[in-house]
Amino acid sequence: MTKKKRNILSKLYIGIIFTFLYAPIAVLIAYSFNDGKTSVWKGFTFRWYVELFQDSSIMTALYNTLIIAVLAAVISTILGTAAAIGIYNFKGTPRKLIQTVSNIPIINPEIVTGVSLMLLFTFLGRMLNFEMGFVTVLLSHVGFCTPYVILSVTPKLRQMDNHVYEAALDLGCGQWQAFYKVVLFELLPGILSGFLISFTYSLDDFVISYFTRGSKFQTLPIEIYTMLKKRISPKINALSAILFVVILTVLIITNIHDARVEKRNKENHGGTV
Amino acid sequence: MKSKKLALPYILWMFVFTLVPLVLVISYAIRDENGNFTLEFLAKAMKYGDVFFYSLWVAALSTVICLLLAYPISYIISRSKERTQRTLTMLIMVPMWMNFLLRIYAWVILLQTNGPVASLFSLFGIKLQLIGNTGAVVLGMVYEYLPFMILPLYTVMGKIDNSLIEAAQDLGSNKFNVIRKVVFPLTVPGIISGVTMVFVPATSTFLVSQYLGGTDNIMIGDVIEKVFWTDKNTGSAIALCLMVVILLCIIVMNRFGDEEAVGI
Amino acid sequence: MKRILSLLLMLTIVLCCTLALSGCKKYDGEINVYNWGEYVNDGSDGTMDVIAEFEERYNIKVNYTTYESNEEMYSILSSSNSSYDIIVPSDYMIEKLIAEDLLRPINFDNVPNYSNIAEEYKNMSFDPDNKFSVPYSWGVVALCYNTTMVEGEVKGFSDLWREDLSGNILMFNNSRDAMAIAMQMCDISPSAPTKEDIDKAFDKLMEQKPLLKRYAMDQTFTEMEGSQAAIAPYYAGDILTMMSNNEELSYCLPEEGSNLFVDSMCIPKSSQNPELAEKFINFMLEGEVAAANNTYIGYSSPNTAALALMDEEITSNELIYPSKEYLDKCYTFSNISDDVYSYMQEKFIEVQAE
Repeated sequence: MTKKKRNILSKLYIGIIFTFLYAPIAVLIAYSFNDGKTSVWKGFTFRWYVELFQDSSIMTALYNTLIIAVLAAVISTILGTAAAIGIYNFKGTPRKLIQTVSNIPIINPEIVTGVSLMLLFTFLGRMLNFEMGFVTVLLSHVGFCTPYVILSVTPKLRQMDNHVYEAALDLGCGQWQAFYKVVLFELLPGILSGFLISFTYSLDDFVISYFTRGSKFQTLPIEIYTMLKKRISPKINALSAILFVVILTVLIITNIHDARVEKRNKENHGGTV
Repeated sequence: MKSKKLALPYILWMFVFTLVPLVLVISYAIRDENGNFTLEFLAKAMKYGDVFFYSLWVAALSTVICLLLAYPISYIISRSKERTQRTLTMLIMVPMWMNFLLRIYAWVILLQTNGPVASLFSLFGIKLQLIGNTGAVVLGMVYEYLPFMILPLYTVMGKIDNSLIEAAQDLGSNKFNVIRKVVFPLTVPGIISGVTMVFVPATSTFLVSQYLGGTDNIMIGDVIEKVFWTDKNTGSAIALCLMVVILLCIIVMNRFGDEEAVGI
Repeated sequence: MKRILSLLLMLTIVLCCTLALSGCKKYDGEINVYNWGEYVNDGSDGTMDVIAEFEERYNIKVNYTTYESNEEMYSILSSSNSSYDIIVPSDYMIEKLIAEDLLRPINFDNVPNYSNIAEEYKNMSFDPDNKFSVPYSWGVVALCYNTTMVEGEVKGFSDLWREDLSGNILMFNNSRDAMAIAMQMCDISPSAPTKEDIDKAFDKLMEQKPLLKRYAMDQTFTEMEGSQAAIAPYYAGDILTMMSNNEELSYCLPEEGSNLFVDSMCIPKSSQNPELAEKFINFMLEGEVAAANNTYIGYSSPNTAALALMDEEITSNELIYPSKEYLDKCYTFSNISDDVYSYMQEKFIEVQAE
């Protein structure tokens, strides 16, 4: 096989995989313009985009989802970063034990986590007399996000040179100052990626919210589930089209930005050497 | 910095929100209303043995297909120009951001009777029932989890030094041998982490088979959900069994790789 | 890159939050309504968005959530420490809820519009003294089929076992309704079955399973409206809705007779705003509201004031208002013991998992 042939072959393969990945999304977006409620094509319309913003239940669900995702990401980032540093200072068996327990929500099937949390909340609910809803969903989300934060912060802790912290202390920094000027700065990439992972997982979670939401609290995935059982409203398609465009734009912008930064770094490098 | 105290809130948290719930599941599974030990619920859970095996089979099949599809594409991506690499990985991640129920729904539209795919096939005179069978369920699973296989594979492949491959070629290895002797062993950690990330969620998925499968394609996740609402004890017993099975699978998989490979 | 990414994410979040918040409003009170899916007029036919109308008139916020079956409603109501102000269970479930002391007596002084309810829907067998329930709507289980996919005549439930429709039949995904149809096929009265009856129905359902496309509840809408299945048993009012969305569909009142159900509004014991709930019930009984609502949902109305306002075409429709002779052939469900009920539930899941 010549190199050229191989190139064509691999391009073809990439093409097939991407068709597979994007065909359903194309369908979703196409149906957001369908002037009919069923999956039969009835003509082109923009009305679902207008109606989407007037639909209070979808809007409330969207709002709930975003609030939960932001709060869950913030709380689990703080909790997880602190935990990662703390765990790092443990040695031997206790450390292994903590890490194992911490990984349970990642390894455990989501449905088992959901069911077990529901048992916990009904149990506590009876004891303390509260209803499942916003708070229980938030708690569960923090629960399954924090392990991911720990996993993304821990490698950065390992890379960090412990002497830097001590040097900062020697140079007259207070303990707290040294902590946030040196340690947090070094950990920042890990913390940020932990935050992002948490945000994304929380945004997309269905199974765990389904079991812990009680009966009145709706998040977007649950709203979609309820609709999916009968007729999905094209408004949801419109929403997913908007989300798709937003995500794509954000990713493209960061991509271009990255490429520029890299190029600049290379040029600078070339200059100095 | 040396403080262990920072971990305290989280240790407490894990106790309440990870360990206690698991203890509750176990307690519901092995104790009746009066709190006496009983095997009744576990025995009832055993009735769903066939569903268990079916779920494991579907998950295994999906994992293998994911691996076969993902391996070449990860390799192609990791050998392309840096800029292309970035764009392609980004494009692989985008579908993961769309809601998973909506993606399944999109497949329902695509595969329905007289739908787009069926019309495409009928152009060539092929009449096929595309939805309501194991094939459709596996397709849905592969679609859901393919990115989770590609990304870890791509990460390990990206770390393989090009000069290593060139060296092997210079020493007279042919293409096949390069892959078998150089690339493959180096990607084992990626394969293991990919397999775990696909197999575990695939086994316990619920809803996918409800929308894409027929009456024979019920999976263990669906059973847990159905049973749980009316009978928490049996539901917990099935959940417990599922947990044990998954745990065993992970232990077996870990045997193949080093400890670092599993996890994200 | 991550900094930019999170910055942009934050931006979208803030944007969306302001969007969502701008729609907020102060209300004088709040009630939680728990109703069947697709069981209220949401204004999409241009007549009256019933819930919005109520919110506007009384400045009370309605948290409206839905369920798919009586059983789902029961398990949520009894297990999740949640408080609802209005639920709409069917006959046998009301009997069960009364027996378990989960309902609160309604103060009929606050519901003057109760006089609109026709006499035959007062003091029904499930609530003989009429203390706990106000009829919302009623109907029968009928068959919906696609005229282009079914050859020959559709006569009754036996058509759900027809070999030539294999792969295109839907069946109730709810133990009580599915078992009832199977029992009718075995000549057992489904009103109050015993365990032996359930075993027989189980065999009958196992016999039907290979012929089915799937077990479905609300999914029946998508399946039938999209011409994805040929025949399905469902509730008469919903069949009317499906027929209006797909011209290929037709209906059949099963010759064997069928299940007659009455869904009524009740106030659970756990309600924290019973007075607002009574206000809501009274509102729903208003002639105009009930007429708009029943016209939209398609189910039969027990409300005389509403019937007078409704289209002739609907009130004379045999599917929605069957003849007295047909109704005499129908049966209602009665409450069954927990033991038998959970056995039925278990057996039905077994049918699906086998």
